[in-house]
Amino acid sequence: MTVPERPEQPDSPPGTPVPGRVWMLRGARAAISIPAFILTAAFVGYAGLARETGLTLAETLAMTGLVWALPSIVVLTGALSSGMGLLPAGLAVALASVRLMPMTMALMPLIKVPGKTRNWQLLVASHFVAVTAWVYAMKHLPDLPREGRLPFFVGFGGSVSSFVFCMTAIAYLLVERLPDIVAGALFLLTPVYFLCSLWGASRLNADRVAMVAGLALGPLFFIYFPGLDLLWTGLAGGTLAYVGTRLYRRGLA
Amino acid sequence: MTDALLTETWWWPFVMILVAGWFATDVWRWLGVFAGGRLREDGELLIWVRCVATALVAGVISKLILFPQGILAETPIWLRLAATGVGFAAFFAARQRVVVGVLSAEAFLLCGWLALDRLG
Repeated sequence: MTVPERPEQPDSPPGTPVPGRVWMLRGARAAISIPAFILTAAFVGYAGLARETGLTLAETLAMTGLVWALPSIVVLTGALSSGMGLLPAGLAVALASVRLMPMTMALMPLIKVPGKTRNWQLLVASHFVAVTAWVYAMKHLPDLPREGRLPFFVGFGGSVSSFVFCMTAIAYLLVERLPDIVAGALFLLTPVYFLCSLWGASRLNADRVAMVAGLALGPLFFIYFPGLDLLWTGLAGGTLAYVGTRLYRRGLA
Repeated sequence: MTDALLTETWWWPFVMILVAGWFATDVWRWLGVFAGGRLREDGELLIWVRCVATALVAGVISKLILFPQGILAETPIWLRLAATGVGFAAFFAARQRVVVGVLSAEAFLLCGWLALDRLG
């Protein structure tokens, strides 16, 4: 620890806002968490898949850092290995990533300080929107003061992705081939974790009904409308849940 | 230049990753920033958007369980469903502690898988 350049004020008067840096550090500290470890395990499983598919370490890491959404990464891996063209691959990945838009939309009113937050700050923060960080943010951010939420989220997202990035590299280099049963167990981690934490993050009855609707409709749309299935699941399941619970809340008014 | 020539250069995968990966993914996040910027925190519209996002993520979950990628696809579907059910029940029994849910599901899956291997 070096001598601070400015004299520190340990007894800041009550009501003094905590600076953004501090919130960012708090977010980074909160990142040492169960969700981060589960996501890491999922990416360790992915590193095995990438290596089997014949991707180089640099390609694997570029995808991890730049795309940062596991389902989209898996789609792109398939596209790269099958020599798909740029346009069809881009379309396939874009379809797999549509879900990020409503997720980001729902997060914005939480992390935005009206009149103060700049758009570029939100654009930077939005890169960390993926299921893990989103679920965590929807659950925990409402408990924080409004000014702290954006830096907290960036600190959380930034540390989770840096940690996962490093662990993916290590897993790629060290693990030649995972034993079948370990690889299989890693693949089950993600959905069970999502299931429990999504339930934990739901605040309204509408959220819970939407979750049940999505669970039921997801496979149906996947079988009958593959490609855009997740988008339809979200729109149909979400609208059903919203309208249903609204009627319940307010009657026909 | 033909596709065959393109795919052999070292930089082509990175163009793919930048355009078909990074841009195709982040463009939705940026659209979400602009579309979500006007939502009010207590508005009805936000409740609907959250319902859509939640149903979408739930759809990802059931797809991962029913139609998994890789080696997990070789386990019987009832084993995956039962493991998930046990995990979710344990999550509730433990007052909604996620770790308990995840570990119970994994334990059930591994026991079931090993038992099937022995029998089969």
